[in-house]
Amino acid sequence: MSALPMAGAPAATNTIGLTKHDYRGAPTTLCAGCGHNSISNQIVAAMYELNVLPEDVVKFSGIGCSSKSPTYFMNRSFGFNSLHGRMPSIATGALFGDHTLKGIGVSGDGDSVSIGMGQFKHVMRRNLNMVYIVENNGVYGLTKGQFSATAEVGLELKRQGVNPYMPIDICMEAIISNATFIARSFAGNAKQVKELVKAAFSHRGIAVLDIISPCVTFNNADSAHHSYAWGRDHEEPLHDLTYIAPREEIMLDKELEEGEVREVTMHDGSIILLKNLDKGYDPTNRFEAVRALEEAQRNNWLITGLIYKAPEKPALVDSYNLVDTPLNRLAEFDLRPAPEMINKVNALMF
Amino acid sequence: MTKAINDFSIIIGTKNGSGSSTANNTILRSIFKMGIPVSGKNLFPSNIQGLPTWYTIRVSKDGYLGRREEQDIVITLNPDSFMRDLASVPPGGAFFYADDIKLPISRADIAIYPMPIKKLIKDDANIPGNFRELVGNMIYVGVLAQMIGIDLDAVHAALEFHFKGKQKPIDMNFGAVKAGAEWAKANLEKKDSFHVEPMNKTEGLIMADGNTAAAIGSVFGGAQFVAWYPITPATSIAEGMNEYLPMLRKREDGKHTYAVVQAEDELAAIGMAIGAGWSGLRAMTSTSGPGLSLMTEFVGLAYYAEVPVVIWDVQRIGPSTGLPTRTSQADLSFVAEIGHGDSDSIILLPGDVNECFDFGWQSFDIAERAQAPVFVLSDLDIGMNQWMSRPFEYPKTPMDRGKVLWEKDLEELKGNWGRYLDKDGDAIAYRTLPGNKYPLSSYFTRGTGHDEHAKYTEDSTMFVRNMDRLKRKYETIKQYLPKPILHATKGAEVGILAYGSTEAAINEARVRLERDHNMKTDFLRVRALPLTQEVDEFIAKHDRIYVVEMNRDGQMHQRLTLAHPESAMKLISVAYGDGLPASARWVREGILAKHTNVPVSKPAAKATPTKKKTSVKQTKTVSKNSRKGVK
Repeated sequence: MSALPMAGAPAATNTIGLTKHDYRGAPTTLCAGCGHNSISNQIVAAMYELNVLPEDVVKFSGIGCSSKSPTYFMNRSFGFNSLHGRMPSIATGALFGDHTLKGIGVSGDGDSVSIGMGQFKHVMRRNLNMVYIVENNGVYGLTKGQFSATAEVGLELKRQGVNPYMPIDICMEAIISNATFIARSFAGNAKQVKELVKAAFSHRGIAVLDIISPCVTFNNADSAHHSYAWGRDHEEPLHDLTYIAPREEIMLDKELEEGEVREVTMHDGSIILLKNLDKGYDPTNRFEAVRALEEAQRNNWLITGLIYKAPEKPALVDSYNLVDTPLNRLAEFDLRPAPEMINKVNALMF
Repeated sequence: MTKAINDFSIIIGTKNGSGSSTANNTILRSIFKMGIPVSGKNLFPSNIQGLPTWYTIRVSKDGYLGRREEQDIVITLNPDSFMRDLASVPPGGAFFYADDIKLPISRADIAIYPMPIKKLIKDDANIPGNFRELVGNMIYVGVLAQMIGIDLDAVHAALEFHFKGKQKPIDMNFGAVKAGAEWAKANLEKKDSFHVEPMNKTEGLIMADGNTAAAIGSVFGGAQFVAWYPITPATSIAEGMNEYLPMLRKREDGKHTYAVVQAEDELAAIGMAIGAGWSGLRAMTSTSGPGLSLMTEFVGLAYYAEVPVVIWDVQRIGPSTGLPTRTSQADLSFVAEIGHGDSDSIILLPGDVNECFDFGWQSFDIAERAQAPVFVLSDLDIGMNQWMSRPFEYPKTPMDRGKVLWEKDLEELKGNWGRYLDKDGDAIAYRTLPGNKYPLSSYFTRGTGHDEHAKYTEDSTMFVRNMDRLKRKYETIKQYLPKPILHATKGAEVGILAYGSTEAAINEARVRLERDHNMKTDFLRVRALPLTQEVDEFIAKHDRIYVVEMNRDGQMHQRLTLAHPESAMKLISVAYGDGLPASARWVREGILAKHTNVPVSKPAAKATPTKKKTSVKQTKTVSKNSRKGVK
């Protein structure tokens, strides 16, 4: 059991009085050095810094190495480790239970864009209020090293031979499915992962984070797209990104105040400041985002950063005009029509 | 000619998509309005437009609502089925046809009535050209009404209902009915014996289909979340939810206490419903066989992770796509055994429209009490056809939300609880729901091995302990299930055991079996699985039990013989699956055919029928085709 904050403990607390410990999970059982662990740690840090009450978050996952990781962060949050490729549907139903809750889903490339491609794309168009992290390593780890749908063509793996198929680009799939927030990062870039998790969490609606997360065990040849070495050499940050949570003192460094900034307002009123690089990249421009992804594909680039953020759109639960009380706290009085309604119904029949 | 009053059948052959369903429903409702027991069955193809389709109406002063195989009055508007339809008229029957069909008629043994539908409709200045075909169907309603004596006021009432009081379509359609009736009065001479006369046997009753009843029952059950994917014959349940949730759960603030999501497929539909059930909503989905096949993996998760969810399976006939618009009871074995690994299923088996309503709300109570999937196995015949029914009854018991702990409960327990801990000794643990703000309220749900505190484990002892508890849970839940219904006859030694929509046909068959064959029967209609004690007692009490069902393999019979190997010899399967609703004739002949073919049990002769049974008359041959014919 995760402990409550200890009284009188000297540990640092955030503005809601919780320590980092309150955001931690069970010890990981993934391989040492796995990119997924680093992502879990950044989720912990991001939630701590955002002063999120763990009970306001629900964790979801499918099946695979990545899908194990919700066990390794935020013990105090409810979690549902579901079926292979089916995390989006479980999350969709579950988040109707209490519309004030926010989902954090963790999936993998196999879970999301092989077996789960259908649900992945449909949850995008429904704009579920959830951070959807794909820990993308281009390989099936839990079954010990088969190609996933994001593995690049020509990749060679032990016992599999050479991959003859073109890869699927998760961010591209997300954008053409009308996702409202799309970003990519690299597990080795801890600071950017954390900032993007914070930005994604503050977005109301679906927020896809495609995080290249190298598999140290089965897919980490230096030449592979999803390896640490390849990632470091090919990473092409779109922009620097600083996220400022509403309750923190606003501290911009000088460089950012010089006007090389663009504000993107999050749904909750918080703001992300983007530093445009030489491309002058505008993440609110969907046309530009598709172009950037297409260009990156042609050039073998791995662009990271906030690729797209749609103008405010209602999240799934918002479009259902639900009562203010969470649905799962409604009682018989709210749910069962009054006795006289039975006569009305019978009168409607012939 | 002796009059056949209020006891005959009509079949209407049209082209699918020609809009005849309004006309057919109007005939059905008019007769109902006259106080005469009546039932209607749509025997339709899997097609939107063009293929032949039939609608049968049975008028029965005795109140028999099962399908009748013989049709006395045949109406055809479809040249493609004309010759078949004509040939199907029994001697002494009546044949009505659209006179623009120019095909030879060579039958002197039946009454033949041509109907100038096209001409009459063209002559009616009130009907715009594009409505002619649609409204043209009302001509045959008028002709039939005139020829068998249907009250035109009753027809008007049926149209008012159908068009929800909208004057223009009512007038236009009723005009066509009158035109048909007047033409028939002036031009046709009655040459058959079939008549309707007013009765008072439908007073206080309603007409409804099972899917609508299921939807309304679910609304009264407090349904909060519906995820679904379109599939015949289940679609009208979800559409019913869309219609009745806003009507019956309307609030002053205009906000909703429910959500209906049309999913991208059945995998997502069940996933969403399970997600919602897990987070504490009364969640459901509706589907049919092929959809349920897709849902199987998720159902196993809900079984093992113990998530309440209600799944309606409106059965159609498989395997595979099968006959998608024909009825069946062939999903029983599949659902009873659904999922890989060891599992159990709670299955409710509604036998009529009223039970679709009742199980609509009861299924949520059972699911939340059991923290498990609850299947409701309806079928196309109950689900999509109009049935004369008792009015729906308001739920008699308050909602049972099962064992749920909220913040104050956990404070009292000081957080000392375990998601899968059998605290009460009834094998049902307590659950918490997302959104609970008590810091130790959460748990991590998984389909992988877990201990009593929902922690991942691969420990063998723990696994077995949990599986044993699950087994016991399904014993506990028996007390919450609807009990079987017994129709007893004094002095009966023969038992009939069945479930679902065969009830109407079986009750009719029982009357004939007793009257014509001196066979007294007790009839137990099972309404739920797992089987309860009443079934054991029924089996113990009877020498021979005929298990009647609409599938090829006798699936309930198989389950019963597995559960009661000691009684296997006296459990006799009467099973047939051709996609058509059961008829009394089939039930009767099926039982009689098996009744002479008595197995000799080895140890003693006592299990074989005694001389009492030798008095039972056996119909000479059981027509193999008897269930084939609508045509």
